Amino acid sequence: MSNHKKIPNLNAPDISHSNDNTVEISRRTALKTIGASAGALAGMGAGAGALSGLIGSAHASDEPIRIGFQVHRTGIGAAYGRWYDRTTEAVVKKINSEGGINGRPIEIIAEDDGTDPKRGAEVVEKFATKHNCDVAFGTLFSHVVFGSAPRAGELAIPYFVVSEGHHVASGKLNRYTLQPGITDVKSQVEAMAPFINENLGKKVTMIFPDFAFGHDHRDYFTQAFEAVGGQVLEKIAIPPTETSFSKYFPKIPRETEVIYHVMVGPAVLTFVKELGEFFGPSRPEIFGFIDSLEAVDLASPGLEFLDGTYFWEGNPRYAQEGQSEFDKAYREAVGVDENGASISDAKDVSTYAHMFGCWETLHVVKAGMEASDYSGPADRQKLIEAVEAMTEMPHSLEHPQGAKLFNGKTHQVFGHQYISKMTDGKLVLAHTTSIEDTLYEDEVDYTSMSF
Amino acid sequence: MNQAIRSSLLHGAVIVILAAMFFVLPEYHSGNLARILVLALFAMGYNVLFGYTGLLSLGHALFFASGMYGLGLSILFLQASPLLALVIGLISSVIVSAVIGFLALRTTGVAFMIVTLMFAQAGYLTVLFFGKYTRGDEGFVIQRAQRIFFGIDLSQPLPRYFAALALFAMGLCLIAWLVHSRVGKTLIAIRENEERARMIGYDVQFHKLLAVIISGTLSGAAGAAYALLFGYAGASFAAVQYSILPLLYVLLGGAGTTIGPLIGTVFMFYLIDISSEYTNAYLLIAGLVLILLTLFAPQGIAGLLRKKLSWLP
Repeated sequence: MSNHKKIPNLNAPDISHSNDNTVEISRRTALKTIGASAGALAGMGAGAGALSGLIGSAHASDEPIRIGFQVHRTGIGAAYGRWYDRTTEAVVKKINSEGGINGRPIEIIAEDDGTDPKRGAEVVEKFATKHNCDVAFGTLFSHVVFGSAPRAGELAIPYFVVSEGHHVASGKLNRYTLQPGITDVKSQVEAMAPFINENLGKKVTMIFPDFAFGHDHRDYFTQAFEAVGGQVLEKIAIPPTETSFSKYFPKIPRETEVIYHVMVGPAVLTFVKELGEFFGPSRPEIFGFIDSLEAVDLASPGLEFLDGTYFWEGNPRYAQEGQSEFDKAYREAVGVDENGASISDAKDVSTYAHMFGCWETLHVVKAGMEASDYSGPADRQKLIEAVEAMTEMPHSLEHPQGAKLFNGKTHQVFGHQYISKMTDGKLVLAHTTSIEDTLYEDEVDYTSMSF
Repeated sequence: MNQAIRSSLLHGAVIVILAAMFFVLPEYHSGNLARILVLALFAMGYNVLFGYTGLLSLGHALFFASGMYGLGLSILFLQASPLLALVIGLISSVIVSAVIGFLALRTTGVAFMIVTLMFAQAGYLTVLFFGKYTRGDEGFVIQRAQRIFFGIDLSQPLPRYFAALALFAMGLCLIAWLVHSRVGKTLIAIRENEERARMIGYDVQFHKLLAVIISGTLSGAAGAAYALLFGYAGASFAAVQYSILPLLYVLLGGAGTTIGPLIGTVFMFYLIDISSEYTNAYLLIAGLVLILLTLFAPQGIAGLLRKKLSWLP
């Protein structure tokens, strides 16, 4: 669905009303839904000539900054999309309440990409050529980024992804694609190796989905773990269509000290339940990525087995002891309680480990536009150069997940990673990595590429 | 004016109008039309098998993907030129469709649908299995520099549009010729009554295999063109969704008509594009429209036109 949300300037942030806004938008959505049925049918007959009029391309200084928000509202990424949507709404409200960007308010133009790379590319094209957006942002799933980035480059529209994929830093994309608000999977995985080696065990069996995301874990972790003296005994790839996992567990070598798991999708609850039935009370140490359980209530039946196991978290879901003032304010602004669920529905669990990326990315866009004195699409290259020039991003309300270090050459940000232990059904922070733990050698220098 | 001349004039007019539309339409819609032309080629390929031969396949994503990966992987690993890669993509789809046709045509009716669906699913899983080379679901980008065709940058709007149009026009002309040829008439005879066609001496199995190969190759050409023109190849194009889409395009536009696949693709593309601006339930709207069309216009939009214009090919 496309939303044109022009969030008004306010004198002071009114974060308690964020949920009211959601209700209001839903009501409007419902009305639009009814109208759409008739509109779509009637509109078809009129042909392409009757298609929506183009929005004027002039960017007067009082016009809003138009940000195309490529959001997974349907498809496999819908749970993430719902929270990316809420986070984006909250950060735009905050920025606009503080005067916007260069005195202009932000207007979000959201389009559902269906978590599909073909539709993703079409959406980016729509932002650039129909909605006349200044920049595009928001994508999470890697295949959508891969499908969309070539069009962003061809259309010369800055494309700020919030994906955690290694695609940007790998050099496979282009100068117009940047990831300044969330760390990538390579740095996350590599930073886990020393902790697991020193605290959990030196012999690991990996269980991962047999697609690109799982292969990244397999390859980067194996390399990093062997570099610190550990050993990966077995790598068990689970086909993405699998619904039962018991037959894979006998492949786990008896001498395994740690099981490293990353499973994504609705089958994760079955996976955990069957893992519990397989091991019973005498299990090895278990380390997982919270991606498996994002938007899933940890009190769900069957997850008790995970008590005492460890998880990587991009940002701790539960408010921790000594919670920073920044996390507290960010949590309130987005409408998340201390357990990582919506303040209006305790069962509506957020994707807290990832969604901060939307908040931080839009702050980077704001900083970049201000540094480059951005006034319209003609300044897009200046905007990219301004972001490329960024380095340190201190822990602040703009970066509530923690301090960051941006690498302008690789267009990728680096930051702290969190390891939590599941204790009595909650995730309690056990270790925070340094930023240095997450760094790796540059694989590309986008700044040497022409626009 | 006889039917052949009317047909030729119609197809010529369609191609000329499409060429003119690039200069008339706003940038967004001309970009969409480039995509639509590639997808319409896919639908035209599907129509050869479904519309003209009466075989309902649920596995055309495999043919689309074989062209896409034949082109994409040869550029990625062999540094093939776009022309050579396109040829490799076409050869891949010829081989894949010949093998699948040979095996699947041992079945008929519902069993044919299921077997083609299963082959396509096996193809999808194969792409994932060889993720080291294909990057599985994530796919890979074909860089701009690798898409320069005899000095023409296919990532630019004008060359891309006219490359898509050229491929579409070739497909349209091929099908226009085919349906009036002896082979095409035999395919239609098989669709209408397979037993009768066999009884009067046609080699039904050979013609059905030929239809699968022509259909699969056109679909593969569309897949290769998509990767070349839009710079991306990924496993989602081998998934079941891309077996269903050409069926919908053809059903909407009109099975067994030459211009039906184009009409159906335009209709479906904009139905989703426009309805998604209003609601997240845009697929529900698409579904409702499909149900309505199937109930009240089972012959599709071009089929309805044919009631008024009986010469419509």
